[in-house]
Amino acid sequence: MSQRQRRRSLSVALAATPVIIKALVVTVGFTAWTVFYSFTNSGLLPRETFVGLAQYRRLWSTHKWHVAIENLAIYGACVMVLSLVIGFVLAALMDQKIRGEGVFRTIFLYPFALSFIVTGLAWQWILNPEMGLQASVRSWGWESFVFEPLFDADIVIYGIVAAGLWQGSGLIMVIMLAGLRGIDPDIWKATRIEGIPAWKVYLNVILPMMRPTIVTATVLTGVGIVKMYDLVVAMTDGGPGGASEVPAKYVVDAMFASQNLGQAFAASTMMLLTVAIILIPWAYLQYAEKRNARR
Amino acid sequence: MKTRLMTSAAILSMVIGSANATELEVTHWWTSAGEAAALKVFADAFAKTGNTWVDAAIGGGGGAAVPAIVSRIAGGNPMGATVMVHGRQAEELVQAGLMRDLTELAEKEGWKDVVRPATLLDSCTFEGKIYCVPTNIHSQQWMWISIPVFEKAGVPVPKNWNEFVAAAPALEAAGIIPIAFGPDGFQSYLTFNTIIASVGGPDLYTKIYGDRDMDVIRGSEVAKLFAAMADFRRLSAQSRVGNWNEASNQLITGVAAAQIMGDWAQAEFATAGLAAGTDYDCLPGLGLNAIVNTGGNAFYFPVLEDAAASDAQLALASVMINPEVQVGFNLAKGSLPVRGDVKVETTNLCMQKGLDILATGTIIPAVEQYITPDTLASLRDLAARFFADASMTPEAAQEEYAAILEMAQ
Repeated sequence: MSQRQRRRSLSVALAATPVIIKALVVTVGFTAWTVFYSFTNSGLLPRETFVGLAQYRRLWSTHKWHVAIENLAIYGACVMVLSLVIGFVLAALMDQKIRGEGVFRTIFLYPFALSFIVTGLAWQWILNPEMGLQASVRSWGWESFVFEPLFDADIVIYGIVAAGLWQGSGLIMVIMLAGLRGIDPDIWKATRIEGIPAWKVYLNVILPMMRPTIVTATVLTGVGIVKMYDLVVAMTDGGPGGASEVPAKYVVDAMFASQNLGQAFAASTMMLLTVAIILIPWAYLQYAEKRNARR
Repeated sequence: MKTRLMTSAAILSMVIGSANATELEVTHWWTSAGEAAALKVFADAFAKTGNTWVDAAIGGGGGAAVPAIVSRIAGGNPMGATVMVHGRQAEELVQAGLMRDLTELAEKEGWKDVVRPATLLDSCTFEGKIYCVPTNIHSQQWMWISIPVFEKAGVPVPKNWNEFVAAAPALEAAGIIPIAFGPDGFQSYLTFNTIIASVGGPDLYTKIYGDRDMDVIRGSEVAKLFAAMADFRRLSAQSRVGNWNEASNQLITGVAAAQIMGDWAQAEFATAGLAAGTDYDCLPGLGLNAIVNTGGNAFYFPVLEDAAASDAQLALASVMINPEVQVGFNLAKGSLPVRGDVKVETTNLCMQKGLDILATGTIIPAVEQYITPDTLASLRDLAARFFADASMTPEAAQEEYAAILEMAQ
């Protein structure tokens, strides 16, 4: 190693130090702190009275937590699948060299510029039976039309899914579009010569080639799903009767409304565990594949 | 930072002179017109003691403001004074030694002799020491009834909950929604407790929350309360409103016949120009038991390092419980004063009913004074679920209710 190189690696190490410290203290440190106090009976303030797994037992015997987990699963599955499909289809349509692409792109991406709070409020109005969709359809002549998902405990979560999709699909579309633009045009020429129908090319050739793009879109959507909180607060505040609770809201409620840090930490530890269970095998797979590819 | 602030404050006071006003920051969530007017009574009286009230309103109601207030105190950035819901909300902050002990002032001014009912001061007391100043009494156990709606349906105006339930089919036949109600956490929980206290009566209420007698809680008397809640759920199913004031509006517009809500609902009727006794009637304790609770607000004073500010805290505490200030404040706030030795001139029929109940002594402590915020949140979730989900049986709700209280600290 020459002297110049060594000096450079020193400055790199110096520059990276704050990031490393941040990662260790904030991410690892505070996570450990949270897990540690989830075994205590901390109330408004943390205290070191250990109660073993009592907080977890209580968590899993609480109806609200079960509803929250179930809602997250439904919301997660729907948003993950639908936003990827909608995003890709919109991007593929956009990729047909249509006129005014910029206009459409802006329109589809526009909802993403709104915060979840604004989105939630707007959709609360749209789905309000007195002044939203139901009222509009009735005023067009269909008097018996009933559509009030936010008042129906069984389907309220799908109302939230609709709002989440409306807000997030545009971003996925833009990412997918960027991926499509990165495909070599020669591939299209080759498939055209072979006479393969376009949908088959998309499905069997283009999609596998867009793998990194899809991974990015999946991760972004996944993160958004796990931390879902503000949309529910703005749209339903967990109602009707707690039918649209989500885990993140459970944590915040336990922390601030119940003044029960131990319970909140147990819930957030469970959230972390869930993410880890999904993420670790996936990361391992990615890593193993890379190693195989290098060989 | 803190020492620098203190040094500059010391220098400043040297320059200006020691007789100058001390600024005291007061946090609260009272932002409506009436509430702001009420606070001005405090601020003006405080100014007369030579200090300055620095107003720090936090928007979004108590639910949003309390976490902000608590985190400021717990995080080492305390305000001079703050309002809290009267009860166990501040208990842990007191335990941690973050709240100012007011016992000396309370003994000097004889708060024990004037504060009525005595439970108000008990809720400020922790291990024999007083930590807060109760400022006002709000009561929850009221049923409001639209008189014109009953006349329209051709049914006599009911005198209690049982008569009301009996009259409901006639109301429904006339196309009127019997009960206005939005199934949010706040309204659900208020209704839940109002039915327990009013249909059950003060003795049962004390056995449930005061003694936590599990045999009673699982017993047949409490089962009747949950049956009454199921009636309420059935009769309010068509209401479909959001906030409590939207529900009040259904009474005002004649869409619905009745509402269970605290005494603050009267402000809505008054704003709409309705008069008690002719346009609307009121049934404290649902007409079954002459009770009101003594919930309300109290001011707490976090421990401060600055000596001048600490003196100002005592001055403010003294001002808040001053007889004249109490009258002015509560007139503006629409609540009842905490002192037994002051009179509020009022011609309103419903307010008079409340005062009569306070005078004759059938007063119950608010649930918040018995249970922690943790238990309260669980009960709130249960209430919201029960009123929103018609498939939940009263028996299942009672069992869950018992389980929550069994676990409570």
